[in-house]
Amino acid sequence: MLPFRIPINEWITHIVDYLEKELATVFDGFSTFVLFIVTSLKDGMIFLPPIVLILFIALLTWYMAGWKNGIVALVGLLVTENIGLWEAFVETLALVLSAEILVVTLGLPMGILAARNDRFNNILRPILDFMQTMPAFVYLIPAVMFFGLGLVPGVVATFVFALPPLIRLTNLGIRQVPKELVEAADAFGATELQKLMKVQIPVAKPTIMAGLNQSIMLGLSMVVIAAMIGAGGLGEDVLRGIQRLQVGQGFEAGLVVVILAIILDRITSGFGVKKNSAG
Amino acid sequence: MGKSLKCCRFNSDLTGSIYFSFICQICNMDDKIVVKNLSKIFGPKPLKALEALNKGVSKKEILEKQRQKVGVYNVSFSVKNSEIFVLMGLSGSGKSTLQRLINRLHEPTQGEIIIDNTDITRLNKKQLRIFRQKHFCGMVFQNFAILPHLTVQENVEFGLELQGIDKIKRAKKATEVIKLVGLEGNEDSYPAELSGGMQQRVGLARGLAVDADILLMDEAFSALDPIIRRQMQDELLMIQDQMQKTIIFVTHDLDEAFRIGNRIAIMNDGQIIQIGTAEEIISKPANDYVKAFVEDMDRSAILTADSVMQNPEDTAFPADGPRTILRKIRKKGLTGILITNTRKELQGYIKANELADYINQNKEKEDIPLDSKLIHKTEGIDESTPLSEIINMYSDHDYGPIAVVDSSNRLKGVIVKGAVIAALSESYTSPEKNTANVPEE
Repeated sequence: MLPFRIPINEWITHIVDYLEKELATVFDGFSTFVLFIVTSLKDGMIFLPPIVLILFIALLTWYMAGWKNGIVALVGLLVTENIGLWEAFVETLALVLSAEILVVTLGLPMGILAARNDRFNNILRPILDFMQTMPAFVYLIPAVMFFGLGLVPGVVATFVFALPPLIRLTNLGIRQVPKELVEAADAFGATELQKLMKVQIPVAKPTIMAGLNQSIMLGLSMVVIAAMIGAGGLGEDVLRGIQRLQVGQGFEAGLVVVILAIILDRITSGFGVKKNSAG
Repeated sequence: MGKSLKCCRFNSDLTGSIYFSFICQICNMDDKIVVKNLSKIFGPKPLKALEALNKGVSKKEILEKQRQKVGVYNVSFSVKNSEIFVLMGLSGSGKSTLQRLINRLHEPTQGEIIIDNTDITRLNKKQLRIFRQKHFCGMVFQNFAILPHLTVQENVEFGLELQGIDKIKRAKKATEVIKLVGLEGNEDSYPAELSGGMQQRVGLARGLAVDADILLMDEAFSALDPIIRRQMQDELLMIQDQMQKTIIFVTHDLDEAFRIGNRIAIMNDGQIIQIGTAEEIISKPANDYVKAFVEDMDRSAILTADSVMQNPEDTAFPADGPRTILRKIRKKGLTGILITNTRKELQGYIKANELADYINQNKEKEDIPLDSKLIHKTEGIDESTPLSEIINMYSDHDYGPIAVVDSSNRLKGVIVKGAVIAALSESYTSPEKNTANVPEE
């Protein structure tokens, strides 16, 4: 219809180029920081004898989600170790955890801010919609451009992909705190900070935790995809299985991803409920 | 009064008001809260709506044309120290809005709210917060609004914790209040484990724990089932006896309002229609709206002995002698008569038929002494006894009049069955106070 094509492609390319040149030091610094987190987590976990970590994770699952889930975790982890995917498992776990550390540090405050400020929420909402509906693969491109190949872009892409649910559900959770609870705090003369820390966040905690759970699940799915830009871990084994048409190998790696997903899900969905039903 | 308000208005800052507040204290010693011409409009241009209201435009029109809701319009009243002041009205009448204006959970559009001689509409955010801590025992809500993640003990300590009071003091105060509201043994329970009534006790205790005077209760008992509700009302009155807080209680239930309120303000459409005690409202409803309300009312719970008792002239002394007494009874057409001594202290009552039999048995004697066996012991009742109790007494007594006595057992009045029935019937609108009250002896 128009006599020319709208050059969205060129614009984005220019912007990315520009940022890459002008903010090189910032990206480098950030890259070093992220790399530090991932490698320390990974090395720390690899350093431990597998059985120690296996028992620790199994016990944690047991504590958070009951003995049945604890046994599922234990068996799953022993199988993982047995089929020789332990290192890939740990690497993936480290990637997810690093991304989640970033997600929580940024997502929680943004969610709180969105809940307290309607204007900020109105600006943020379309951005979050955009982030969530954009195909996951698309994040890989700028991540690679800014951070090259390897662990760091994997973490960054995962972070971007897993951020929205935590912000959304933190926002929702705080907005859903019954009006009277907030009024009660106000009537007692609470400061804004007291209201937030003693009423809004604790009451919204189950919802926030559901957000964290969602975020971790999404993060895990992204980490597998991130293997395409050299993030390593289980995704790499899945990818290799696909490329070489080795169904068995691909299936094994896929199975371990499922095991990790189950464990992470059970542990984090335990967070929200555990405290409130106490006693 | 007008003067006192004026001086309060000019010293809205907390620091420089000591001298003025001293004067104010003299002016309105009894008034804890004074509300003057208070209005609240919900909408983007509240002053425009207010202007229209002052010109006589109806609230409905303002809602339709300006898309602004009139919450409360031009309300003035005062609440006395240690009083239970009830705001009564149907939903949408503005009672909850008015209550929230008093601690400025809603910002007033116009008007003054003077609490302990400070016009709180002039406080800034921080001053208001501190004022709330010092003067308000928080609020008690219909749906309890206690924190689900805290134990009973922690919930009760909540208000104190916000004030930064140390843990030991907090715990001590909380234990005290928990005992007062009857929650002992539940300190470590979570709200979800408690019944509605128990949860509301937590809400009440949380308010009482704070060392302040004004307690706001918003439909506090409305979510409870009737029996628990009555029980809570009784307990509130008992606690109030001890604590002497100034309570503003919002309810849509007239029974509840009359049961617990020292004074009741009946609201409709954002305005107060009538303020008065239960008896004043029931006997002299200000307009048809109030009348319609009061008609459905269980009068027996509100009207008390003093509104139906009559001048106790129809009594006799033991020295009168049987024949004189019987003549007196017959003349008045009674079935019995109350006996007092010369100091008007209640002695008992005599039944007409028994007295007649006695006289018959001693017909031949010229001058018969009054046999003390004829005088039946009777307990006088207090003048604040509700009619509902008096009706029950009739089922136990087989004689007519019931004696109303003061604290030293002196007869103040007599209640006859007919007056009680008249008072409870609908045609009964205003008790004639003059005949009901005992003239000074």
